[in-house]
Amino acid sequence: MLAYTLRRLLLLIPVFLAVSVVIFAIIHLIPGDPVDNLVRVGSTPEQKAEITARYGLDKPLVVQYGIWLGGVLQGDLGTAIIARRPVTQLIAQNLPDSLALGGFALLFSTVVGIMLGVIAALNRDRIIDQIIMGGVLLGSTLPSFWLGLLMILLFSVQLGWFPVSGARTWSALVLPVLTVGLGGTALVARVTRVAMIDAAGRDFVMLLHAKGLHPLRIQLRHVLRHALIPVVTILALRIGWVLGGAVTVEVVFARPGLGTLLIKSLGQHDYPVVQACLLMLAVAVMLGTLLGDICQAALDPRVRAALR
Amino acid sequence: MTGFDAIARTFRTPKGALAGGWLVVLILLAVFAPYLTIYDYAAQDLPAGFTPPNADHWLGTDEFGRDLLTRIFYGARTSLSVSSIAIGLSVFTGMVLGAAAGYFGGRFDRAVTVVVDLTWSFPEILVALILVAIIGPGISGTMAAIGVAYLAQFTRLTRAQIMAIKGETYIEAAQSLGGSHAHILMKHLLPNALAPVLVSAMLATGDAIILEATLGFFGLGAQPPTASWGGMMSSGAAQLFKGPWIIIFPGLAVATTVIAINLFGDALIRALDIRARMRLT
Repeated sequence: MLAYTLRRLLLLIPVFLAVSVVIFAIIHLIPGDPVDNLVRVGSTPEQKAEITARYGLDKPLVVQYGIWLGGVLQGDLGTAIIARRPVTQLIAQNLPDSLALGGFALLFSTVVGIMLGVIAALNRDRIIDQIIMGGVLLGSTLPSFWLGLLMILLFSVQLGWFPVSGARTWSALVLPVLTVGLGGTALVARVTRVAMIDAAGRDFVMLLHAKGLHPLRIQLRHVLRHALIPVVTILALRIGWVLGGAVTVEVVFARPGLGTLLIKSLGQHDYPVVQACLLMLAVAVMLGTLLGDICQAALDPRVRAALR
Repeated sequence: MTGFDAIARTFRTPKGALAGGWLVVLILLAVFAPYLTIYDYAAQDLPAGFTPPNADHWLGTDEFGRDLLTRIFYGARTSLSVSSIAIGLSVFTGMVLGAAAGYFGGRFDRAVTVVVDLTWSFPEILVALILVAIIGPGISGTMAAIGVAYLAQFTRLTRAQIMAIKGETYIEAAQSLGGSHAHILMKHLLPNALAPVLVSAMLATGDAIILEATLGFFGLGAQPPTASWGGMMSSGAAQLFKGPWIIIFPGLAVATTVIAINLFGDALIRALDIRARMRLT
């Protein structure tokens, strides 16, 4: 298991390098002189010369990439143009909020999604199954930012249950987590339902029935356990999506976070911050996917055996 | 069985008829938008701003006094064309890449697979945001961003289809009869790989509409005064408390469209009986 984890970690290095090349390239691919993209409008030639020297903008691209990546690996993500502060500080300020939102949303999707999926599978083709699957379709097709705004209208403005925006209290986390989590819940519920129905048709289930076990016990103790493997796989893939969804929802709820920072910086053409946010999100997606793969390997005896 | 048969049969199921009917109506509304309304989508009439839905303005007006229904019609033009053109480009490129990779294999295949797997694990919104950061906001930036964001999916799916059928006897027969690579790809492999790719393209168009609306919501999509559903919701979010209808109706437009596409796509998968082939392995 440890060897597998280490091997997967090593495999992430080329992926990280490829992603970092793309993100590094942003500064050079956008129209205009890279220097102008890295300094405030109306900067003096001296300030431009300083930036040029600092990033080695007069040197070949490969050297520039080396300088940039070297800085990144040492935790130096440059200086924000608008905020005039080290980007690392901005990221450190915003990352915990994003992680909290993403983490709770993932937890919500997992717990509620599996519950709904099991209920739907146990009541297959009955009215309750159809209601759940209808809700699932809605949950996975509604634009999350719109849903978030409607929830603000209903729960915050009309009913006054939750604060409209901000992130200082726990109750401010409820609506954003619901909004981000809904899409994932839908997916998990759908996969759980199909996997339960699929597993219930296997031979070992027939044997358990023949042994005279209670049907509910069979479903919850044996079938569900079997059905969880594809669910974990899909959840692993979903970790990245949760963070992507968090980007949108943060903006809607005016929460601090990487998403809000990213969108704001895009609008202000604050490219060092844009690069840093994208890099952080990309790394988070990569680590999330890795974590999911490891969980899957730990859960599935066949995968474990293949690893030996 | 041709694709037309399958579409006809899909329209005969209740779900398919409802969803397909709504999509047809929506396309007609988008195409004939200028003839369906007496209002201008861009001209501002500030005194008429924030009118709730009434007999003159069925869905009310926005903060600039523009008729919301008119802007939803015109927004359908933007949303539908941007997302379908983007997906069209993406499908075309993905099929070329995927077919070449799956058919020829070797180093090219490995290179394509590496790049595809790389983008595959990233959420589309993240890929799209990176691209918009590079290309800049606007309709063409959005199209390119959506197109690239979904490229991995179509490349992967086409490759999987080609890999699955290239070992079949009739392909071997065509090869031993001296058929050229181009002939075998165009006449035998691609036609057989087409159905799952096109259906997933349709489903992806639904996702692309949401992605387009999301970029528009961030102010990165079509720029004002062009009407787009995302852009309308973006200004609606700022007026959430003063005129909630400004955001509710464009959102409903997005939601019903995407739900219709999903229902129709699902019915189509059933009609074509290709559920197993839609898996991306």
